[in-house]
Amino acid sequence: MESYTTYDYDVLVIGAGGAGLRAAIAAIEKGARVGVVSKSLLGKAHTVMAEGGMAAALGNARPEDNWKVHFRDTLKGGGMLNNWKMVENYTREAAERVLELERWGAVFDRTPDGRINQRNFGGHSYPRLAHVGDRTGLELIRTLQDHAVKVGINAHMETTIYRLLTEGGAVVGALGFDRQTGEFLVFRARAVILATGGLGRIYQITSNSWECTGDGFALASMVGADLIDMEFIQFHPTGMIWPPGVMGVLVTEGVRGEGGVLKNREGRRFMFDNVPERYKGEFAETEEEAEKWLGGDREARRPPELLVRDVVARAIRREVNEGRGSPHGGAYLDIASRRPADYIKKKLPSMYHQFMKLANLDITKEPMEVGPTCHYVMGGVRVDPDTQATNVPGLYAAGEVAGGLHGANRLGGNSLSDLVVFGQRAGLAAAEYAAAPGSSGMVSDAQVREYIAEALEPFSNPQGENPFALMKELRSTMQQNAGIMREESELKTQLDILASLKQRAKQTSATGTRVYNPGWHTAIDIQLMVEISEAVVLAALARKESRGGHARLDYPDPDATFARLNHIIRRSSDGALSVVAEPLPEMPEDRRRIAEVKDLKELSDKVGA
Amino acid sequence: MQNLNFKVFRGDKSGGELKDYTVVVEEGMVVLDAIQQIQAEQAPDLACRWNCKAGKCGSCGAEVNGKPTLMCMTRLDSIDTSKPITVRPMKTFPLIRDLTTDVQWNYEANKKIKPFTPAPNTDWIMMQEDVDRVQEFRKCIECFLCQNVCHVLRDHDEKTGFIGPRLLVRTASLEMHPLDTASRLEMLKNEGGIGFCNITKCCTEVCPEHIHITDNAIIPLKERVVDEYYDPVLSFFRRLFGSKKRPDGSRSAADD
Repeated sequence: MESYTTYDYDVLVIGAGGAGLRAAIAAIEKGARVGVVSKSLLGKAHTVMAEGGMAAALGNARPEDNWKVHFRDTLKGGGMLNNWKMVENYTREAAERVLELERWGAVFDRTPDGRINQRNFGGHSYPRLAHVGDRTGLELIRTLQDHAVKVGINAHMETTIYRLLTEGGAVVGALGFDRQTGEFLVFRARAVILATGGLGRIYQITSNSWECTGDGFALASMVGADLIDMEFIQFHPTGMIWPPGVMGVLVTEGVRGEGGVLKNREGRRFMFDNVPERYKGEFAETEEEAEKWLGGDREARRPPELLVRDVVARAIRREVNEGRGSPHGGAYLDIASRRPADYIKKKLPSMYHQFMKLANLDITKEPMEVGPTCHYVMGGVRVDPDTQATNVPGLYAAGEVAGGLHGANRLGGNSLSDLVVFGQRAGLAAAEYAAAPGSSGMVSDAQVREYIAEALEPFSNPQGENPFALMKELRSTMQQNAGIMREESELKTQLDILASLKQRAKQTSATGTRVYNPGWHTAIDIQLMVEISEAVVLAALARKESRGGHARLDYPDPDATFARLNHIIRRSSDGALSVVAEPLPEMPEDRRRIAEVKDLKELSDKVGA
Repeated sequence: MQNLNFKVFRGDKSGGELKDYTVVVEEGMVVLDAIQQIQAEQAPDLACRWNCKAGKCGSCGAEVNGKPTLMCMTRLDSIDTSKPITVRPMKTFPLIRDLTTDVQWNYEANKKIKPFTPAPNTDWIMMQEDVDRVQEFRKCIECFLCQNVCHVLRDHDEKTGFIGPRLLVRTASLEMHPLDTASRLEMLKNEGGIGFCNITKCCTEVCPEHIHITDNAIIPLKERVVDEYYDPVLSFFRRLFGSKKRPDGSRSAADD
């Protein structure tokens, strides 16, 4: 009989990126006994790869900025499908959470008068992103890691959660295994916070690290938690496309924030031809005006390269499809002709390094070649906008795994501050829940043993399939049939493929021992990846319109009916997933007035922002 | 397309050996691509740690043709491929399996360093030129390659009385933070073991972030320790007037 070690916590946090660490800190400060589980070593979570910055209306760069402008920008960028209450909580608290990081030791780039500097990014009306060159994620995760160590976290590094454990419909813990030893671990917890990040690895071309296999969405859904808006996947416009080994690696939006421009093979700045109706009037209409903006003229409007990500990604795709792409099938991103070499090296050091090392290209001298890469999922586990509680008692979600804040498209820079705002809220709420009487449940030994036997099955399938090959098949078919441009026939084809992959994923083979065995780990990951791919495809089929990170070839325009609907992806007791359309939560009139203003002048005239 | 031969260490605590693999390579491939190809097609249980594959997380350190490096940032066309390419785990840390090592010691030793301690009631105004140095240190991605090559740790296994270059850099990032008020000099002198470093600069040479570990972090820290504990004139004045570290956040001559 397989043995396992048991740990007892008030709050178990799954994931040690920005949201998980911030949640752990908040729960510890509330007096909870907290365990943090991470698939990687501490400080290596996907947060570390974030580059451009964290958005917060600090008002350092432009005193006119405040939470209302940030609120309006976020909803507008999100195609108005965002949960307005989450957006309000977020935009009101982001600045405080950034300042708190500084008090914990983060050292952001400075303004000339010594405050936190802010940079421009797509969809933000003012320079709003606190940053450290182009390695802001590293600064965020290291600061949180140091502070978490200071307040005393219990970290279980290199530990994978296999399944959540439930009793009477409530989450009472989780079963996992130590990747270094293969030993099984049971975590009994009064509350569990999912902070597991995204699902980019279900696509072939992605900026996401190996960890982003969508575990949290699948784990939550398997115990009955609702998911929301899973069709909205962000394809970041600028990933590396050459050489092949680095395809998908992120090129920060900070390049455009610092003045970089997009050109097609004819040398034309094609973004001027791609300003959508709803953004007309907010962006420069000529190169001359864009030049003035770059030179610091506050009357000039922003260059169209700073449009929201879904718009830019589709514009690049169009240039390529119409034969105006760069040699390797992308667009040119040029900062070399815009800024002096020293400035580029100072503000974009890791981009300089990354291209120099991986592509033999000096970005201070030549333009980069870029194309869309799967970067982020706007949808996620459905949560309460104030507490991050899911519909399953004892289960919380924060960060990328939670849905609702970003609507149909996330603004660059809104993710890092999302992590700390809602990480903190989830940590507080989970600690409070855990302290309440009656929240403790029993872990069932039988349930644990059944899961352990299931997790070990790949070792008894010597004739089974190679899990790496299966993973490759999943990723390439998702890219092909449910990628940046979608249509009904391909989505249906993908559903059939997923049904078959789901069966085959149960028949994979693992060889060798359980000590640090990537083949076995992949065999386990692939099962959750197939589950969550199905949720994405079902939601994408149901939304018969194009909006934000969901573009349909067969329904190319936004649709007024779908404009009022969120999609809830729900699992029935027989395990099948279905999509239910629900009207958006009602936005109060005073908030609607802020959200729907045409431009900043109207905002300041009408609501005094 | 071209075939390249690799010799990859396979084994665990009980022993192991270099095993031969052949990989089909295409333009621009890095060592980690080759290892992943071996994993996917020939040896699914080949243990290897990686995350970002873009030089940002510091997970995939290994010794390629004897040189400690991040596998994700080492292009195959930048190394000698006339002989089979050898890939071994970092030597300084206990082996888990194949290319993975147990780096837990680094996280434990880190706890010796007093956390960030800002001055109370500060206005949080810091000039860019005053934080440039600290930002250099904060670029560290904790790949532990500097720890791996440091002879105090690698050859002498001095892991109780010495914290190694990575953690000296972290100490420097706190000591040189314009608003920090704690002093870590006693730790550096004693359990930090800064005296063990004899400035061979091996750490600086392998740093993938190009942090000037020796020149900008360790040497200035050594000078501070010397000033604090071994300067007869200063120590006389300090005994008279006390030696608290700049409580107002400004720099004083004694700090440099």
